[in-house]
Amino acid sequence: MNVINPLNKGSGDTGFADLLKNGQTLKQYRDGIMKRTADTGYYNGLEKLALRDSDPIGYEKLFSKLRGGLVHARETAKKIAASPIVEQEGELCFTLYNAAGDCILTSTGIIIHVGTMGAAIKYMIENNWEGNPRINPGDMFTTNDCAIGNVHPCDIATIVPIFWEDRLIGWVGGVTHVIDTGSVTPGSMSTGQVQRFGDGYMITCRKTGVNDTPLRDWLHESQRSVRTPKYWILDERTRIAGCHMIRELVEDVIRHDGIEAYEKFGFEVIEEGRRGLLSRIKAMTLPGIYRKVAFVDVPYTHPDVQVSSAFAKLDSIMHSPCEITIKKDGSWRLDFEGASRWGWHTFNAHHVAFTSGIWVMMSQTLVPTQRINDGAFFATQFHLPKGTWCNPDDRRTGHAYAWHFLVSGWAALWRGLSQAYFSRGYLEEVNAGNANTSNWLQGGGINQDGEIHAVNSFEASSCGTGACAVKDGLNHAAAIWNPEGDMGDIEIWEMAEPLLYLGRNVKANSGGYGKYRGGCGFETLRMVWNSHDWTMFFMGNGFMNSDWGMMGGYPSATGYRFEAHKTGLKERIASGGDIPMGGDIDPTHPTYERYIDATAIVKRDKQCITTEDCYENHDLYLNYLRGGPGFGDPLDREIEAIENDMNQVFLLPEFARKVYGAVFTEDKGVFKVDAAKTKARRAEIRKERLARAVPTREWMKEERERIINKHASVQVQHMFATSFGLSEKFTNEFKKFWSLPDDWQLLETELGVPSYGSVHRMDLSTLPDVTTVVQCEE
Amino acid sequence: MSYTNEQVSHLIEGTLDWETVFRMLSMPKDHTRFEQYRDALQTKVTFKDRIVLPLSPHMYIVQTVNAKKWVVKCDCGHEFCDYRENWKLHAVIYVRDTEEAMTEVYPKLMAPDVSWQVYREYYCPTCGVMHDVEAPTPWYPVIHDFEPDIETFYKDWIGLPVPERA
Ligand SMILES: [Zn+2]
Repeated sequence: MNVINPLNKGSGDTGFADLLKNGQTLKQYRDGIMKRTADTGYYNGLEKLALRDSDPIGYEKLFSKLRGGLVHARETAKKIAASPIVEQEGELCFTLYNAAGDCILTSTGIIIHVGTMGAAIKYMIENNWEGNPRINPGDMFTTNDCAIGNVHPCDIATIVPIFWEDRLIGWVGGVTHVIDTGSVTPGSMSTGQVQRFGDGYMITCRKTGVNDTPLRDWLHESQRSVRTPKYWILDERTRIAGCHMIRELVEDVIRHDGIEAYEKFGFEVIEEGRRGLLSRIKAMTLPGIYRKVAFVDVPYTHPDVQVSSAFAKLDSIMHSPCEITIKKDGSWRLDFEGASRWGWHTFNAHHVAFTSGIWVMMSQTLVPTQRINDGAFFATQFHLPKGTWCNPDDRRTGHAYAWHFLVSGWAALWRGLSQAYFSRGYLEEVNAGNANTSNWLQGGGINQDGEIHAVNSFEASSCGTGACAVKDGLNHAAAIWNPEGDMGDIEIWEMAEPLLYLGRNVKANSGGYGKYRGGCGFETLRMVWNSHDWTMFFMGNGFMNSDWGMMGGYPSATGYRFEAHKTGLKERIASGGDIPMGGDIDPTHPTYERYIDATAIVKRDKQCITTEDCYENHDLYLNYLRGGPGFGDPLDREIEAIENDMNQVFLLPEFARKVYGAVFTEDKGVFKVDAAKTKARRAEIRKERLARAVPTREWMKEERERIINKHASVQVQHMFATSFGLSEKFTNEFKKFWSLPDDWQLLETELGVPSYGSVHRMDLSTLPDVTTVVQCEE
Repeated sequence: MSYTNEQVSHLIEGTLDWETVFRMLSMPKDHTRFEQYRDALQTKVTFKDRIVLPLSPHMYIVQTVNAKKWVVKCDCGHEFCDYRENWKLHAVIYVRDTEEAMTEVYPKLMAPDVSWQVYREYYCPTCGVMHDVEAPTPWYPVIHDFEPDIETFYKDWIGLPVPERA
């Protein structure tokens, strides 16, 4: 019996649009490309690169013109924006796609969107956008839907189809990171919501413009859906201008080089990108299996995390195990089997955010080239099990700060690759990992201009980098998600935020120790000033570290928070008294508290995720940006380097002594390390290590007892329980490693915490008329 | 692009001039690096076994002089295990799982909370060098980080004869 689902009727599809003028729908066309790719192993079956081989110079010229144009469009368009996130930090990106939605080339910037905008185009293709709402020259589509591939809702993309002689030949997409999306709490990556339904204004590939003009209903609706309409409007104009510049560029190129060459280029360059990754892997790495893991703390039981859903009030841990297999042919498989389940927070990631975002990181290490496109994706096999935090199987998940988990998951990849570089002798490429890019200072209220406002400080774009095998990491230099990180000028931030700077200092001891230490982060002390009804919150790691050190180096320091209310600073400033200034140099012996009222309310702890809290003028907030992990045994660190670090207040003397074994003298704040005494002390430390250590297998017996007795915090057990629930393989490996009895198990239901989502889940694909696009092995 | 043995040796020591390091970073990779690197390391170690693959600053997979077995070895001469095994299981371990132990290495508030995460330090049982620091949750299995496919690497990727293996 045929049952017709009444929900599927009335899609209003018009007749076949023949956009490609070849009798195929876009879906048929894309299916053909995918089939030829799968059948031959070459993108679109391109075993030979006819254009590149017959006219290599013409091919390179095409490349340069298009790539140059993309970069130029980005640089020009960004001047339209007023938001410091776009204009100062460069959080925007433009990407060119072929008609099937595969990326040909991209600009600089947040190049994670190579794949996310491509996923949106593919969603339109798979769901017959050409039938309804139709795709015409001059159209614009806007999307930020995290359930179909966007990273987080604040990355708004404008997508414009490119036609040549009435035929669809490609797409251009532009994305900007907006300052606010109208989520439950202000800021572009807020924490207060725990589901999609609070994650802000969500737009699914909506037609928002025709004849190159945005539609009025869209403008009215979108501008009142966010807290910061001025920035929103200019951001949209930035995206539209860039897309139109690139569309014109493509038309110019076609007029000059011909449509045939352009279209050939649009496929060959992707196949070339695929081959490029294979040859890079072969040139730089080593075949084999690499296993790494990363974690992130999700501390939601604390009273300062005020969420609207009781079932989200639990402490949990994100688990991201990664097995990298580098194969003989230079292709690789990235397997995240064992990852923990998605959760009731805003750190979940769509699988495309994962598979696309990874190239942001890879462009800083394995493929430092301008030729970033979908080719690398086709050379990579991703296994992201359905139901995990990196491939949720429920349409309710929140994504506002997906980066929190993504960045941490990739830290593990960086260590895997660095093992390969190290073993192969490319020591200059080794990077122990990246910092957990936080804290995120966010909040909102009425700003110094009397307007409704939201802030998201992008100082986090300048965290410490990981140590290399030949040198220290860079201090306050970069973020994994934007290789062109820039902390921004104080003066600009003070215009954008009602928060004065009382200090901006390198954060002592924030870089992981090692023979080469991780780059130090920095800290800025902010005083609320000239605001009304102001709120702020914290977001970052605190109880855990996501980035480990490498080969004997330590992880970087974890985060902590400092905030102070009822400080009495107004009166102190009026009377010319001392006020807190500079860094919170040694949190073991804090000093800020000496310069505020003894009755002030101070929060100084490891709770680095909070929700909107009230701040009055003259309240304080410490924005501590994390450091990078270290490399190699700290006892191998050079004497001069330790001395330098102490003299520049990058390292507290106590830890120079304890961790590095430095024996030193101090004269008026200048430290001098004694090489001979240090050498002797280090020999002692090695002996002390052996005295306190036990054979690993002995320790394992004790640890096994703790597992048998279920002796661990709830959050640790919860993490394992969700991983066990999703992966039999991980469960079996765990039980095998610890030689646990066959009947040993750990279930979420025995933990006494809410386990909503552990059994009942519903994927987006179950909605009527929806075809989701899967771009990984699930 | 290629570099002298002296330059590769300086790279290992961390004393290579920045200009050359920068060139190494920005130019296509020199294909002979592995051989130069392995040979340079061989001159720096005190044991007679032949280095097959460097694993970390003080650890190698070596071919033993007489038996031609491939084993994991510390540069002090301590032999851990067969190269296919997880050397960490043959090391000694110290776990920082108390606040006191954590604040030995980081200022207050700047180390993990040990009910969430611990630091596991793996030392060589003979010389006490710290070969690795793991930072997992309690209960986490000891991770077998790396299982190199040495034969494919030597034979197919860089065209060197695979060292004999008993
Ligand atoms: Zn040793």
